[in-house]
Amino acid sequence: MSANNMIDVVVTQVVEVNELVKRFHFSRPDGLALPAFSGGSHIIVEMSDGEHVRKSPYSLMSSPLDTSDYQISIRRDDEGRGGSLYMHREVRPGMSMRISAPANLFPINNRSTKHLMIAGGIGITPFIAQTAQLLATGGDFELHYGARTTELASYVDELRASIGRRLHAYIGENIDFDDLLSRQPAGTHLYVCGPEPMIELVLAKAAENGWPKGHIHFEHFAKAPPGEPFTAYLSKSNKSIQVGKDQSLLEAMEEAGVDAPYLCRGGACGQCETTVVEAEGKILHGDYWLDDEEKAAGNKIMPCVSRFCGSNLVIER
Amino acid sequence: MSSETIASRPVYGSLAPVESNYHLFIADDHGGAAIVELAQHLSSDFWTNCEIIYINSQPNSASDHSDAIEALQCSKFYLGASIDAARGRISNSLNRAKMGTQIYLAGSEQLLNVSTMLVIEAGYDHRSVQTEQRGSLARRVQCVHCKGITPDVITQPTVCSHCGLLLLVRDHYSRRLAAFQGVNINAEYPDDIPETVEAFV
Ligand code: FES
Repeated sequence: MSANNMIDVVVTQVVEVNELVKRFHFSRPDGLALPAFSGGSHIIVEMSDGEHVRKSPYSLMSSPLDTSDYQISIRRDDEGRGGSLYMHREVRPGMSMRISAPANLFPINNRSTKHLMIAGGIGITPFIAQTAQLLATGGDFELHYGARTTELASYVDELRASIGRRLHAYIGENIDFDDLLSRQPAGTHLYVCGPEPMIELVLAKAAENGWPKGHIHFEHFAKAPPGEPFTAYLSKSNKSIQVGKDQSLLEAMEEAGVDAPYLCRGGACGQCETTVVEAEGKILHGDYWLDDEEKAAGNKIMPCVSRFCGSNLVIER
Repeated sequence: MSSETIASRPVYGSLAPVESNYHLFIADDHGGAAIVELAQHLSSDFWTNCEIIYINSQPNSASDHSDAIEALQCSKFYLGASIDAARGRISNSLNRAKMGTQIYLAGSEQLLNVSTMLVIEAGYDHRSVQTEQRGSLARRVQCVHCKGITPDVITQPTVCSHCGLLLLVRDHYSRRLAAFQGVNINAEYPDDIPETVEAFV
C-alpha cells in the first residue's frame, strides 16, 4: 500500500464510550458499501491537522458482516504526537475524512479448533470484530479481557450481551496465564492484543508452556513517537526533507510527494523497510520488525516509527 | 535423501526434546532406534509424562525396537502393527492432548507423512511437530488421474493400483492427503515404457 489509494468517507457518529475512549463511525458519502474485511483488520486514518498530514493505524471493531459502517475506537493519549488528541477534539459527525482500505495483519486462523483471545484495555477492539465473525461462522472461542478499572473496560457490557459466557472479564484483576495456557485443548490458537508488557508476558508464558510459534498471534502497533526534528536525504528521489517534531519520517516523505510503501504504520509489518545509505548519528529504532542485530548494524530503518538524531542521514528512497 | 527439490517436498530433521508437561512420540520400525538413542541422553523422569505409539511392522527383526521402548516405562505405551491400524489411536491421543504437548515423529516417510496429516487434522500447525526420518522412503502416491492412493511405492515409475496407469512419482507433495503426486508418464506414447528403478527405498 502507498499513499495513493485512500477512500473518501464521512464521519457519521462520534460516541464517547468513557472518559478516555471515543468511537468513530465512517460511511461512504455515496452510501455504497465499504470494502469487505475480515476480523482483525486495521485501517489507516488520515488526519489533516494544520499544515501536516498524519496517518495512524486503528483496528476495525465493527462487524465484518456490515460493510456500510466502519467503526474504530481511539483511546486518548496525552503524550503522543497528537493523533488521538486530534481525533478526540476535532473530529465531528458530518466531517469528510480519508481512510485506507482495510489490511489484516492479525487474522483468525480458520484451521484451528479453538481460538483463545486475550485482550488488555483498548486492545479489545480487533476482538470485537473477530468475535462477531466467529459468531456468524460458528467457531469455538473464549475471550479473556483484562482492564484496570470498570470505566476502562470498554465494551464489556456489549460483549457480555453478544458472546455471553465466552467473555471472561478481569477488572482490576490479574489473569492467571499459566493456568489458562496449560489447559487449552489441542489445536487452539492464541491471539493477544493490548499493551506491550502484557503481550510480552503472554508470549513468554506461552513459550514456557510449550506452545508452538505457529499457534501464537499478536498485534501491537508501535506509535510513531514525537522527537527532535531532523533532516533526511532521499537518494533515489534526490530530495532533502525535513522531519518535524510531531511528524514521522514516512509522513515527511509523503508530504514531499514521495510514494513510500507502508502497510501498518506501526513498526510491525516490515513493508516500509528502507536501506540506510549513510548515517552520521544515531537511528532511533522504534519498530518490532528489525531484530536487535539489524538495529545495531544500522543499515535499515523503518520510517513509519523510527527517527534519527545526528548530522547526516541518507536513505534509499 | 534428496531434499533439494521443490518447496512442497517435506524435509525432516532430528528429534530434540524440549521442556514440556507432556510428550507424544509416534514412531515405526527403525524410528524406534531414534527414541532409544534419545533415552541415552535423557533422565528417566522424562518418560513419566510421555506417551509412545510404536508401530512394529516386522516383529523380531532388526527393525524391532519394541522391547527397548517398553523398557523406558513411559506413562502410556501402545504397540501397533500398522499405521492404518493405529490411526484411530493416534487421532485420539492428539485430540485429547492439551496445547503445549510436544509431538515427535520418527520413522519411515509414510509414517511421518500420515502422522503429520493426522496432526494437521487435529488442528495443529504442521511446523509444530518434530520429525526424524529413519528406515523406508517408500511413498504414498496419489494418482492425479483417478485420485486413488497407492501406498508403499518404491519404484519409479509405478503402476497406479486403482486405474492401472503408469505414473511418474513426483516430489510434489500434498500435506492434506499425505501423498506425493503421480502423473501418467506415457500418455502420448502408451508403448513407450520407461525402465523401472527402485527409487524410494
Ligand atoms: S509500515 Fe509496517 S513496519 Fe512500517
